[in-house]
Amino acid sequence: MATFQEFIQQNEDRDGVRFSWNLWPSSRLEATRLVVPVSCLFTPLKERLDLPPVQYEPVLCGRANCRAILNPLCQVDFRAKIWACNFCFQRNPFPPTYAGISEVNQPAELMPQFSTIEYIVQRGPPTPLIFLYVVDICLEEEDLQALKESLQMSLSLLPPNALVGLITFGRMVQVHELSCEGISKSYVFRGTKDLSSKQIQEMLGLMKPAPAGQPGRPPAPQEVQPSCRFLQPVHKVDMNLTDLLGELQRDPWPVPQGKRPLRSTGIALSIAVGLLEGTFPNTGARVMLFTGGPPTQGPGMVVGDELKTPIRSWHDIQKDNARHLKKATKYYEALANRAAMNGHCIDIYACALDQTGLLEMKCCSNLTGGHIVMGDSFNTSLFKQTFQRVFSKDYNNEFRMAFGATLEVKTTRELKVCGAIGPCISMNSKGPCVSENEMGVGATSQWKVCCLNPSATLAMYFEVVNQHNAPVPQGGRGAIQFVTQYQHSNTQRRIRVTTVARNWADAQSQIQHIESSFDQEASAVLMARLGVFRAESEEGPDVLRWLDRQLIRLCQKFGQFNKDDPASFRLSESLSLYPQFMFHLRRSPFLQVFNNSPDESSYYRHHFMRQDLTQSLIMIQPILYSYSFYGPPEVRFYTPSVA
Amino acid sequence: MSQQGYVATPPLSQAQPGVSGYPPAFGVPPSQAHFGHYGSTPQSHPSPPTAVFKSAASSGSSMPAPPGPGQFVTNGLHNGVSAHGFPPLTSAPSGSAYPPTSYPRLAPSSASTQQLANQMSAMQMSGYGHGPLQGPQLTTSSVAQPISQPPPPASGCPLTAQAPQMGPPPPVSGQPLMSQSPQMGPPPMGVSSAMGTTATASPMGMPGSFSGPLPSPGSSGFQQPPGPQGFPPQQAGPYAGQMGGQPGFPGVFPPGAAQMAGPPQKKLDPDSIPSTTQVIEDDQVKRRGQVYATNLRGQVPPLVTTDFVVQDQGNASPRFMRCTTYSFPCTSDLAKQCQVPLATVIKPFAVVPKNETPLYTVDHGEAGPIRCNRCKAYMCPFMHFIDGGRRYQCGFCNCINEVPPFYFQHLDHMGRRVDVYQRPELSLGSYEFIATLEYCKDKKPPNPPAFIFMIDVSYSNIKSGLVRLLCSELKTLLERLPREEGAETSAVRVGFVTYNKILHFYNVKSALAQPQMMVVSDVAEMFVPLLDGFLVNFQESRSVINNLLDQIPDMFADTGESETVFTPVVQAGMEALKAAECSGKLFIFHSSIPTAEAPGKLKNRDDRKLINTEKEKTLFQPVKGVYEELSKECVSNSCCVDLFLFPSQYTDVATMGSICLHTGGSVYKYSNFQAQVDGDHFLRDLRKDMEKPIGFDATMRVRTSTGFRATDFFGAIYMSNTTDVEMAAVDCHKAVTVEFKHDDKLSEDTGALIQCALLYTSIGGQRRLRIHNLSLNCSSQLADLYKSCETDALVNFFAKSAYREMVNQPLKTVREILVRQTAHMLACYRKNCASPSAVSQLILPDTMKVLPVYMNSLLKSAALVGSADLSTDDRAHHRLLVTGMGVEETQALFYPRLVPLHNIDMSSEAVPAALRCSEERLSDAGVFLLENGFQIFLWLGQACPPEFIQSVFNVPSFAHLSPDMTSIPELDNAMSKKLRSVIEHMSGQRSQAMKLFIVKQKDRSEVPFRQQLVEDKGLHGGASYMDFLCCIHREIRQLLT
Repeated sequence: MATFQEFIQQNEDRDGVRFSWNLWPSSRLEATRLVVPVSCLFTPLKERLDLPPVQYEPVLCGRANCRAILNPLCQVDFRAKIWACNFCFQRNPFPPTYAGISEVNQPAELMPQFSTIEYIVQRGPPTPLIFLYVVDICLEEEDLQALKESLQMSLSLLPPNALVGLITFGRMVQVHELSCEGISKSYVFRGTKDLSSKQIQEMLGLMKPAPAGQPGRPPAPQEVQPSCRFLQPVHKVDMNLTDLLGELQRDPWPVPQGKRPLRSTGIALSIAVGLLEGTFPNTGARVMLFTGGPPTQGPGMVVGDELKTPIRSWHDIQKDNARHLKKATKYYEALANRAAMNGHCIDIYACALDQTGLLEMKCCSNLTGGHIVMGDSFNTSLFKQTFQRVFSKDYNNEFRMAFGATLEVKTTRELKVCGAIGPCISMNSKGPCVSENEMGVGATSQWKVCCLNPSATLAMYFEVVNQHNAPVPQGGRGAIQFVTQYQHSNTQRRIRVTTVARNWADAQSQIQHIESSFDQEASAVLMARLGVFRAESEEGPDVLRWLDRQLIRLCQKFGQFNKDDPASFRLSESLSLYPQFMFHLRRSPFLQVFNNSPDESSYYRHHFMRQDLTQSLIMIQPILYSYSFYGPPEVRFYTPSVA
Repeated sequence: MSQQGYVATPPLSQAQPGVSGYPPAFGVPPSQAHFGHYGSTPQSHPSPPTAVFKSAASSGSSMPAPPGPGQFVTNGLHNGVSAHGFPPLTSAPSGSAYPPTSYPRLAPSSASTQQLANQMSAMQMSGYGHGPLQGPQLTTSSVAQPISQPPPPASGCPLTAQAPQMGPPPPVSGQPLMSQSPQMGPPPMGVSSAMGTTATASPMGMPGSFSGPLPSPGSSGFQQPPGPQGFPPQQAGPYAGQMGGQPGFPGVFPPGAAQMAGPPQKKLDPDSIPSTTQVIEDDQVKRRGQVYATNLRGQVPPLVTTDFVVQDQGNASPRFMRCTTYSFPCTSDLAKQCQVPLATVIKPFAVVPKNETPLYTVDHGEAGPIRCNRCKAYMCPFMHFIDGGRRYQCGFCNCINEVPPFYFQHLDHMGRRVDVYQRPELSLGSYEFIATLEYCKDKKPPNPPAFIFMIDVSYSNIKSGLVRLLCSELKTLLERLPREEGAETSAVRVGFVTYNKILHFYNVKSALAQPQMMVVSDVAEMFVPLLDGFLVNFQESRSVINNLLDQIPDMFADTGESETVFTPVVQAGMEALKAAECSGKLFIFHSSIPTAEAPGKLKNRDDRKLINTEKEKTLFQPVKGVYEELSKECVSNSCCVDLFLFPSQYTDVATMGSICLHTGGSVYKYSNFQAQVDGDHFLRDLRKDMEKPIGFDATMRVRTSTGFRATDFFGAIYMSNTTDVEMAAVDCHKAVTVEFKHDDKLSEDTGALIQCALLYTSIGGQRRLRIHNLSLNCSSQLADLYKSCETDALVNFFAKSAYREMVNQPLKTVREILVRQTAHMLACYRKNCASPSAVSQLILPDTMKVLPVYMNSLLKSAALVGSADLSTDDRAHHRLLVTGMGVEETQALFYPRLVPLHNIDMSSEAVPAALRCSEERLSDAGVFLLENGFQIFLWLGQACPPEFIQSVFNVPSFAHLSPDMTSIPELDNAMSKKLRSVIEHMSGQRSQAMKLFIVKQKDRSEVPFRQQLVEDKGLHGGASYMDFLCCIHREIRQLLT
């Protein structure tokens, strides 16, 4: 089925989409029988060297609950200057600017090669990027020194107009004011008291001062946007901040023998989120948490400060012996949701030999699209290089990061969307194309992805809604449109639209076609994501059993075998590798926790849930390279993605 | 009785046949027979009284006028007399000094009265045994002459005259030494005080009772009805005249006045009533510059106003402990009967003048100070070593303890340890022990204390210029942080906080290039944001701190913030000290009532409508809740709070100051502060406050010998139980007044012993125990008690107890109690100690003769007088101030010093003699200086010499003086220099830098000055001295009937 291979490859290259099935079963029943749901891996910002963005607004369908964007699949009446929406069949007039179109003069979005197209749109004044460093100062001297250097170095990597802020924490949380001359100021918060966003802003003096009531008093000098005090353009505070970072000292509070340092990570994050929430809602911002140990006090604490009580292990969790787990998780989830709603992402750079509470804090990154980096020390090249890579640039010399994205999915009537799995949260937008059957983050057709990079990939799951007795007519095509609105790292607002379509096929008559349209790599990853998603909330064995049953059912459906003769079992080429992937998945750290700490599991899962197909497959089934003197390294275990 | 006898009865006994039983004991000439009524104690001898009464009557009849003005005159004289009790040489001049002032005025009234007066004076003088000397000099009338004759024998040999008198005391005090040394302070004092039974009759009282239908008690007492009847023709006239002339007192003796016939003739002579300045001066003349050795039990020290040198010989210096009486009654019945409070005012850190020996430090090694096993009293001179020195008996609880081997020493033939003079704890009244770790918090050696400066940088403080002024002053002030004696540098660490409704902490670690500010806005739950770098050694961080102090005024220069918080500030300071594990003091410079949303938020509750109602007390009750809690926490973390207030309106001093009050801090208040005007005053206060000797984390325990115990404590203290006085800090001006009550009988032999032990951390961070021991006499005779009373200490006690009571009871009740108790004390004396006399006579014990003027002043004091004209804050402030005061301060406060300057002797170093605080003493052409320890007024008469104005103010005349001057320019002329040196001298004696007011006669600014004239009728209410005496007299008469 070289043709399907090529088709898949071509589609991936052009649209960043890989479907589990490239022919869709025409009824709901058939679809269920296929075991692997109709689903896809979608990489919203797939790097496309050949895709210059267009500098105008997309044309939307006029129907209020559709708003689909004009795409190559639409039928266009050039003479009447009318286009028909391929999702709702609404006939829309072109806007006046399209008056000159004709068959030979088509706008880009109508050309088939532009099934993925990017628009640059004007939406208010551009807002600079915001980087808020949240730095743990309960570190060993050496670690702190290394971290300080990395941070100072990072200043040179930031765009000059980016706003930067600094929060340090240990027993207390300090929000450093960056605009001051002569004396360095910081606002200090107790590490144990949770404050509402309003309180935080009040305490930081960010509230609009009440109208001066006392006459005779000189009016307070007009503050030049109060947030400026904590978030300053890099080019203005470069020197100041470098000095400030240089003067950072380890937390001065004494740590008695047998105790952990008191670390108020929870409050520090809460303040970071509150500060951004109050000052720059719905603006691209990165909260970068650098921590060298578990939160030990206040809300979000993961372990007490007594060294004799070790941090929770999988064993403790299974025995329901992890005292702080639920509370802390709940706390960080609430925090992550707040940040995500405002389009702010949270990175966690955790460098310590012991666990640092990633299990509890992972949602901060998972829900907001932030990075998680786990290392042993800030003084390792692993951290230093990884950290630098965060600021890596693309061929346009622009950051490989996009902020505050919303991803909207539109489907034709035969399909409904069940959910997404990836670094996103639901925006609770119920539309006609939302299925009641939830898979992953569902019950919505829109998701917020606070931070995207070119490889960030979401798994999207769909459902065929046509009943068995009223299947889709032969020859029809189902279409899905992905609309990704985001803030580009150069502060432009952009909209990337990807419209894909697949043929419907009758499962009874065309089962071979469907079978050969199976993308086993994509399917393996899609199933793996479902499995890992379940593993987050269910017991490990249940997930494995579920995976096994899925595999068995698939083989039952497509395998050819003689009863009671195991040796006769055959799978077609398009499915032949799938069981192998499942085998590796079963024993991967994504599903097995043995010999991994909860933090490590969280870390692996976090990465697995956002990588593109190739990376995911490698993670499922590691590649063994063999090196020899006589040639380039060879992969010993064949995996098709690498081949 | 014997004591009473030796002083008071001699004249009596010789004069009276009825009392003749006594004469043997007293060698006083018989010629004074007719003065019987000044002496004996009726209550102890049933028979004498009658005799006394007779004699009184007879004297009355023989000399018709004794009761009247004569009484006062004699009193005045008496002062003089007692002053020169011992050395004849001084007596003459001073004695002669009085008559001119007092007699001439009397003269016009009538010849008979004058004669009487002279006779009275002579009689009294002779009564003292050594007084007679004056007799001859005083005599201006023929009547006096004969009287003067008898004295010579006595005066001729004053010593011998004294000796026989002294005779009786030995058995009691067991210290025959007294009579041998003429220069001894106490004996003469004792004599005079005994005499001091001096009858002093209220001028008004007399006439009233005389002309009236003879009060029944009086008439019954008098066995010779003709006496009273005989008086009217001679006396009614003059007195009636006085009554008429003084309509101001109608309330006092209305019936009397009504019945009094005759036209007004003359105003009552104010000189005739007991004079505080006179008493002070007499004591000064008598004891100034002398060495006061504390080797005797129960000896009465010189007055606080007298300059004397203390030599510690086994009892604590009166600077440390001063008692209301130095002779306790033996039984509680007696104590109750007389109602004289038994109290001592302890100022544990009192400054020891340069010419006295500083306290010795004793180290008993690792075991710590030696203490009685039972009562835990510390080793002191009251421990009796027995059993060859192997054991000792505790003087307090009588427990017999083993002497630890290392402390063993043989006894000499007197039973005293051979090393008694090598060991301060065996020979001195005051000394210090080095405390061991047992005495430290958590058994860890204490850290040196810290000072935290907390500056309110809200709008008003910035605008008034305070912040700038303070910051620049701190730079120099910090160079002079207090240090341990002998230490090169100060161990005190310093920290800085600024605040308005949020707090700014500063990291001033020496390693930093510039200070770091840390803002804490979470005032609801205050905490200290940093540890390292907040409290630093000034020497090490000087450049960073100076940098900070330079920047603070600019940083907040254009602040618009007008709201402040308060308790979070205190809490922050306390938490900082707690975190640093040290004691310390917060200097808070605060501007306004804390209204920002935070714990301890206050609202204006200054409701003037409450004044003079039952609810007036609520104005002074601190707001409870947070403040109460915080005070407690501060004390337990030994955090002392000094509050400098710069309010422009009501700030609820009662509440805010309550924290200072409980933590041993002080409150300073500068209303409507302007840096240019009041800056100097404030800075002087701040300097004094910062540099004064102070101890931290102090616990005081007062132990007593069996039979009585300390029951009540008044002062800037905190008590979590009934015995331990906790003070976050105690400085050299803070005094605790301790009241004692009997719980058993006291023995005259062993007397009453008091040991005050103060455990504290020194400024250098050493833990020490300061011990003050004091032994008092006990007597079963009330006369002894009255004889050794100390009016100044009494006033201190009454002031503190009344001020404490005023938050619990209506002010009216408090005032009534004061009046009643005063009357009761005096009535008890009259009943039990004084010789019988007409009820109409007001008789005051010598030691208490100026008590009424002080009590009246107390009653009129800002806190107690209910007047809507006074700011509630000022009243509350006054109340807080007095609560922590020692005797010297209360004395000055309740009887300010009024000094005339217009006739100042430029050649003399001394401050001119003070005048009585009355408007009558002022003159249009005069210039006066008045000081009360807090304020100093320069009063300029309208007709004061222009030369004076020119030389002092450099303006040509009175009219050129601007009304809002607050300082005296430094001019290079003798007058200016002299004036400034006088002011400086006065300020040097006081705990606070006094604010100078320049008052022009008839100017509006005269009001606060007039308030200080305590003998006059109060501007805001309150009686004049004269009225009050009458009132007291009436009360006494009621009590006596």
